[in-house]
Amino acid sequence: MIVGRQKPFEEIWGMIKNFKKVLVFGCNTCVAICHAGGGKEAEILASMLRMKASQEGMAIEVKHAAIERHCEPEFFEPVMDDVRTFDGVLSLACGVGVNFLSERIGNIPVYPGINTEFYGAVPKAGIFTELCAGCGDCILHLTGGICPIARCAKSLMNGPCGGTNNGKCEISQDVDCAWYLILERMKKLNTIERLSEIKPPRDWSTGLYGGPRRIVLEHIVEPEVQEERNES
Amino acid sequence: MKSGSNLEKVLEGGHFAVTAEVGPPKGTSASVIQKKGDLLKSYCDAMNVTDNQTAIVRMSSLSGCVILKEMGLDPVMQMVVRDRNRIAIQSDILGAIALGIRNVLCLSGDSQRFGNHPTAKGVYDIDSIQLVQTLKTMRDEKKFLCGETISGEVPLFIGAVENPFADPFEYRVTRLAKKVKAGADFIQTQAVFDVRKFTQWMEIVRNQGLDKQVHILAGVIPIKSVGMARYMRDNVSGVSVPNEVVSRLEDAKNVKEEGVQITLEVIEQLKEIDGIHGIHIMAVAWEDIVPGIVERAGLLPRPIL
Repeated sequence: MIVGRQKPFEEIWGMIKNFKKVLVFGCNTCVAICHAGGGKEAEILASMLRMKASQEGMAIEVKHAAIERHCEPEFFEPVMDDVRTFDGVLSLACGVGVNFLSERIGNIPVYPGINTEFYGAVPKAGIFTELCAGCGDCILHLTGGICPIARCAKSLMNGPCGGTNNGKCEISQDVDCAWYLILERMKKLNTIERLSEIKPPRDWSTGLYGGPRRIVLEHIVEPEVQEERNES
Repeated sequence: MKSGSNLEKVLEGGHFAVTAEVGPPKGTSASVIQKKGDLLKSYCDAMNVTDNQTAIVRMSSLSGCVILKEMGLDPVMQMVVRDRNRIAIQSDILGAIALGIRNVLCLSGDSQRFGNHPTAKGVYDIDSIQLVQTLKTMRDEKKFLCGETISGEVPLFIGAVENPFADPFEYRVTRLAKKVKAGADFIQTQAVFDVRKFTQWMEIVRNQGLDKQVHILAGVIPIKSVGMARYMRDNVSGVSVPNEVVSRLEDAKNVKEEGVQITLEVIEQLKEIDGIHGIHIMAVAWEDIVPGIVERAGLLPRPIL
């Protein structure tokens, strides 16, 4: 899932304080699981903003709402007319949601209420860890299911650097050395000898460095386009 | 000869090599480099100029190397993959060769998180093993990574580093083997204080025949103070300073002399290890101790080739 964290309150206040009517707009999927931007968080944040406005003697109307997902158009449709009655939206969705709503809402600003952090898992309630970098060229079959791109601070491809320290990364004792984990895991899987092969430089163009990505599934897109043509 | 550098001649000639480190200034003065070059010139075969070591911005390694080259010395250009992508790396290599640099030492580099610009974006487009391989391809095939042809000669003596003290211990030889396979001509190791552990590591290295394929230079760091010893023991990842070394310094009347004594004892033991072809002295901010150490270690005069 996508893991996010709410922005500092003062930063949020700075974004919205000049509006007259603001919607705090939550998303009930990934960011709800990490307690950053679901309906519940939208409600709490909206009430904090109302308190702040009244402390500052400012007349701002703050409402809250949430939908299931901010990344597919059909979830917006039932609420869009309402959303457009506000003069600003503070979105608690991930960055995808903020972009996607901005494209659809018309001339109303959409501001981010959370920082979108990473693709992660929830090993324990309240703990979130980054496990994938979305690099577009998965090599987990070569590294014992542990990703060095996301989990090694240097995204090394050929084993640990000289900074590993009792299984921890040189950047912090709180961070596991990904290559240490990979070696231990591949030892147990009896595949350790594969690590003596030199992995060549990566093609980073499959990831963010190749520019924004887009996937088109012809077998799904084509029939729809055909249908539209038939209708018109 | 792959590069014709002095370091290559010394090592290929079977001499026990001595290299030293020259830290460039946090400023624009060429004389800082020149003074260190002058101080060290009769006491080592080549001088490494560090590349923004510990991620602290300093004069570039390439410029420092050119200043040494102009003095008739043999520089080793350190190059980390933290700050450059494959385009900048290959371009800097062409420029370095044009300016007379022949030795290049390939490293990952300390994370930018440690340095004086901790919010910087780390590059890490290729890793240090891929960097070694890139340089070998440039030299032996006269080709860039993309396969296009390089015009002119590409004389290079390619170095890499290894840390026998970082864990997992058993993988450290595998990693050395990968660097050798990638094309390393020489290796400089992390500083040795724990000679016993280093000896074990070298035994595995010899068992795999790696000492016959690459010149291994053991790293040494003269310790100047008790504080420095404790700091390295407790805070520097991948450096192993035994408690015994720390307590010897703690008990010493003359700490600096004791530090030198410990270094000399380590060098003495390193000389006896089969497959060690030299030492690399990293006297960080204590360069003026190097001549005395080299002399007292019986490593003078340096060969003139």
